[in-house]
Amino acid sequence: MPASWLSADLAIQASYFLTAVLFIMGLKRMSSPVTARSGILWAGAGMLVATLITFLYPGMSNYELILPAIGVGGVLAWWSGKRVAMTNIPQMIALYNGMGGGAAAAIAAVELYRGGTEGYASTTLAVAGGIIGAVSFSGSLIAFGKLQGLITRSIRFRGQQLLNLLLLAAALVLGALVAAQLDASLAVVTGFFVLALVLGLTMTLPIGGADMPVVISLYNALTGLAVALEGFVLNNAAMIIAGTVVGSAGTLLTQLMAKAMNRSLGNVLFSGFGDTGTAATGEVSGSLKPIEASDAGVMMAFASKVIVVPGYGMAVAQAQHKVWELSQLLIERGVQLRFAIHPVAGRMPGHMNVLLAEAGVPYDLISDLDEINAEFETADVALVIGANDVVNPVARTDKGSPIYGMPILNADKAKNVIVIKRGQGAGFSGIENALFYLDNTRMLYGDGQKAVAELIQAVKAVG
Amino acid sequence: MTGMVALYIFMLAAFTGYEVISRVPVILHTPLMSGSNFVHGIVLVGAMVALGGAHTPLEKTIGFIGVLLAAGNAVGGYVVTERMLEMFKSSGARSQPKRPH
Repeated sequence: MPASWLSADLAIQASYFLTAVLFIMGLKRMSSPVTARSGILWAGAGMLVATLITFLYPGMSNYELILPAIGVGGVLAWWSGKRVAMTNIPQMIALYNGMGGGAAAAIAAVELYRGGTEGYASTTLAVAGGIIGAVSFSGSLIAFGKLQGLITRSIRFRGQQLLNLLLLAAALVLGALVAAQLDASLAVVTGFFVLALVLGLTMTLPIGGADMPVVISLYNALTGLAVALEGFVLNNAAMIIAGTVVGSAGTLLTQLMAKAMNRSLGNVLFSGFGDTGTAATGEVSGSLKPIEASDAGVMMAFASKVIVVPGYGMAVAQAQHKVWELSQLLIERGVQLRFAIHPVAGRMPGHMNVLLAEAGVPYDLISDLDEINAEFETADVALVIGANDVVNPVARTDKGSPIYGMPILNADKAKNVIVIKRGQGAGFSGIENALFYLDNTRMLYGDGQKAVAELIQAVKAVG
Repeated sequence: MTGMVALYIFMLAAFTGYEVISRVPVILHTPLMSGSNFVHGIVLVGAMVALGGAHTPLEKTIGFIGVLLAAGNAVGGYVVTERMLEMFKSSGARSQPKRPH
């Protein structure tokens, strides 16, 4: 090995070490709202260092292909990332994640096609990373399509689990042939990747929209794992460390999300609850009692404590700015006001916080379920806007309900509940909401943005 | 790097990831998922190396797609994470609420 290669190698190893440090520090900083902003800058610096130094990699060629590929992929992602609305962030995460999984699978494919892996261990790792990356790629694209509304139906048929199992088994057999170096022909390697890609599709298609966040988080962890495995193949420490950190952090996040939704991971992957429109309707007694915006406004203006419970419906109606305007008016009047966020409000845990932050709501006015639930009993008004299942008391009482056992916000315990709702339909999960029928609940019908604008007028009119 | 050393790195990195995330408030789950999504964009360096060593048209084509996807993962992950985190502010850090007219 020539001396210049040695020094290049040293520079590369040192840079990758620095990158690993910057990534871990960056993620650590991202776990507190105070330092989160700087966290992504640190991680970004790490990525830049690693990418630039990789151009010095010994024996690299095809620069005329590498540069345009980075340029095209980077510009497209930059453009799409800059212009996506905050409500659509979850599907963009799915899309970018799928791209990472696809890239890991592509690395495996190139190495396996060219026979670049040496020994059983390396080949096995390449195969393992290949199948995980390919499943994550096609699965994430389906998740993107579902959340973006491109795929509206959940395709289910009898024997679907069996088909998935057969696909997995077939892919594993071909993978084992390659890994055991019995047959690494073009046909076998290609067949292996095609089966893995199809498996990702058939695994994800039956999963309903409501469960997609958990699925995206799972694929995020899987992509991390695939990247780490290909890192072993390429002997690349930065990929091993970053991939593994994301793999384990992503697994933990997936568990937290599944727990917040009261679903086990197996449940999410192998049952189709996510969008069951006809599941257990449950009988509810009582009637829906409408209220005028002017009355609701007066009620809130003279309250001493108001808790706002926003849901994804608020974001869809683009009402978050109006809600914050209303909140500021109430705070001006001396009302003690808080936002209560359910872990799965929005399209994924924490998504609602992002949407409120976009509207300018300071994060210290926002409380999560554990912090706020005891406070509903002392609240004069709970304003529920665009939220449904996360405030449905049947989760506490009705053992037959699909959401039984899910932790909910105790909005029903407030002295008065005002629900802003477009119409009389059921929630995302199709379950009738007992909260709406309670004696202390009043329904304010109308488009979210318009209804809140009327509330603002009503509060202003109080003077 | 020997197999055992690689295994140790894997184990330690796994614990690191778990520890770094374990005490995260729910409000940061989405940005953090996006942030970790960006971090595995490091697959870009691997894709560059794979394409850099590709010879046949098939290998080059797949390698090209790999680099393109990886660059999308890294850049897209960065942009959306940065946009989200930029918006998180505490009430101490902002101006007083607007007075009603």
